[in-house]
Amino acid sequence: MNVAVAKTGNGRAVSDLFASAEGRLPGSPAVVAVRREAFETYERLGLPHRRIEEWKYTDLRALVGEVLSLAASPDVAALKRAAEAVKANAIEGARKLVLVDGVFAADLSDVKALAAEVGFKTLREALEKDAGLLKTASTDAVIALNAAMATDGVVLDIAAGTQLSAPIQIIHVATASSAAAFTRSQVAIGKGVRATIIETFVAAGAKAYQVNDAVIVTVGDDSDVAHIRLMDDAADAVNITSQFVTIGANVKFNVFNMTTGAAVSRLQGFITLAGEGSELSANGVNLLQKTEHGDTTLVVDHAVPNCVSREVFRAVIDDRAHSVFQGRIIVRPDAQKTDGKMMTRALLLSDEAEADNKPELEIFADDVSCGHGATAGALDESLLFYLKARGLPEKQAQALLIQAFVGEAIEQIADDGLREHVIGIAERWLERRQ
Amino acid sequence: MALLEVKDLKVRVEEREILHGLTMTVNEGEIHAIMGPNGSGKSTLSHVIAGKPGYEVTDGQILFKGEDLLEMAPEERAAKGVFLAFQYPVEIPGVTTMNFLRTALNAQRKARGESELMVPDFLKKVREVSKSLNIPQDMLKRGVNVGFSGGEKKRNEVLQMALFEPSLCILDEMDSGLDIDALRIAADGVNALHSPKRAMVVITHYQRLLNYIVPDIVHVMSKGRVVKSGGKELALELEASGYAQFEDAA
Repeated sequence: MNVAVAKTGNGRAVSDLFASAEGRLPGSPAVVAVRREAFETYERLGLPHRRIEEWKYTDLRALVGEVLSLAASPDVAALKRAAEAVKANAIEGARKLVLVDGVFAADLSDVKALAAEVGFKTLREALEKDAGLLKTASTDAVIALNAAMATDGVVLDIAAGTQLSAPIQIIHVATASSAAAFTRSQVAIGKGVRATIIETFVAAGAKAYQVNDAVIVTVGDDSDVAHIRLMDDAADAVNITSQFVTIGANVKFNVFNMTTGAAVSRLQGFITLAGEGSELSANGVNLLQKTEHGDTTLVVDHAVPNCVSREVFRAVIDDRAHSVFQGRIIVRPDAQKTDGKMMTRALLLSDEAEADNKPELEIFADDVSCGHGATAGALDESLLFYLKARGLPEKQAQALLIQAFVGEAIEQIADDGLREHVIGIAERWLERRQ
Repeated sequence: MALLEVKDLKVRVEEREILHGLTMTVNEGEIHAIMGPNGSGKSTLSHVIAGKPGYEVTDGQILFKGEDLLEMAPEERAAKGVFLAFQYPVEIPGVTTMNFLRTALNAQRKARGESELMVPDFLKKVREVSKSLNIPQDMLKRGVNVGFSGGEKKRNEVLQMALFEPSLCILDEMDSGLDIDALRIAADGVNALHSPKRAMVVITHYQRLLNYIVPDIVHVMSKGRVVKSGGKELALELEASGYAQFEDAA
């Protein structure tokens, strides 16, 4: 069945795409071989569709249709536009690494300051030696496509014992309309590290573009890491991001994802707790309006005993938008004393808004504490009336209650400044509604 | 001067008429008490004045300072000076009391064309009033009414009254669920707000509250109408003889 479906126009379009892009894709001969293999995997599978269980609610064939051709390398004018977007979205005090249309922009980045604390290469540089950067265990078609097409990214090596003096902010800027950018980054974190990594996705005037990003994070024992992703792409863009996280022992890992842009988006996170005594806090907010489709899919794999995972997810859905949350918790046979909880809530602001919540627990150990909860509903009329009776107009009363609703996820961000930054993005989304 | 004029008001809830032609006038500076048995329409009247959805006014009118109140959205009524102290104040997790108070006050000021209150002035005022009402400062940093006791919720309503400075305060069953000490603190707060320009309408089941907030005029409601009005002695009379005598009158 899949084979027959794969032989559609989509597969051929990608074939042309790959052939025309191949000359621009960096890497040694070994890398080229990995790319070809990945591309063949993609060509065989085609874009994911609703008959593939993991993509049931996000049918990319129906929602996206075709993969656009590779964005051209940014010229001087594009970099100038990108610089404005970087300025507007930079987090105060953070060290910036900027990717423009899928290409690392050294002039917009803080490489020198960063290099004093962290090992840094671009993906382009790293691929001269290491073809392994394009390999993942996944058989997912969009991840295979990413491996085939990735033009650039950042490769960070944070040595054991490093206490980062400033957060690292990776900013993806789109300046090219009707084109696709493929990026892949790797963050290797040693033992006993304290670090905050932020990823920001924004547009600088670009329309109807596509982003396919992958990020691979490994966290050494005894580390304390915050990973925050803020996707605020253009309203007609597509953003598909895959995260792979492997966590060592006695680690505190706090990941937060916020979606406030893109016509079609999916964040798929695959987080493995591979060392005992670790605590994972995985949280997210989708703010969707008009006809936007936003999918957050998290797979948390408890591979070892004695770990704690907590997931708090909130979706606010207006107009005819569609939010998807799929949360799977896997507890392996050895992973006794696992404590895994997941809570997802959707707030529907219109009769035509849609929320799909799919929590899944796959438990193979017998001494665990796991649970999940899911709700969907409208704003509480009695709370709205109370606020209006105190003088707040309808939209302002709604905004206050929406902020409170998403606040339950946002307050999981420990750093005050970062939390304020995220609240600011949510407030701007609410202002756009009014 | 007449502040609130309710004229022959008829109100339905889901096809059932609750108020059957209610008339009353509240002048500036007056304290009115509305008493009556359960189901007589006391709370319905307060909800209709505040603009709660779900009530259909089929006849009559409500004028506030001579303007048609029923034409205004609830937030416009608030900005014009109508304040309803809720019988059951809601809990709003995630919205701190301080943020709520500032947002509401500034929304009202904006609607009246006034400038926003500066933060230091606002904080000073909140501190003064909350101190007089025995509201600890850390309560203001918590979600609105979240984890508050019944008495604390009612005091929070009085705090808002003091901050927003409405010209008409309607207190809906302020005494329900309060012990004597809590009642006294809340009532003292209300009395402190009484002024020649501000009127109060105290809705209550029991005479007890009226020992603390002494009314000028007492109305007895039964079956959706005011069946008797009189001075404060009427409340004592009711306490002695009960509402039964009025059930027939209605």
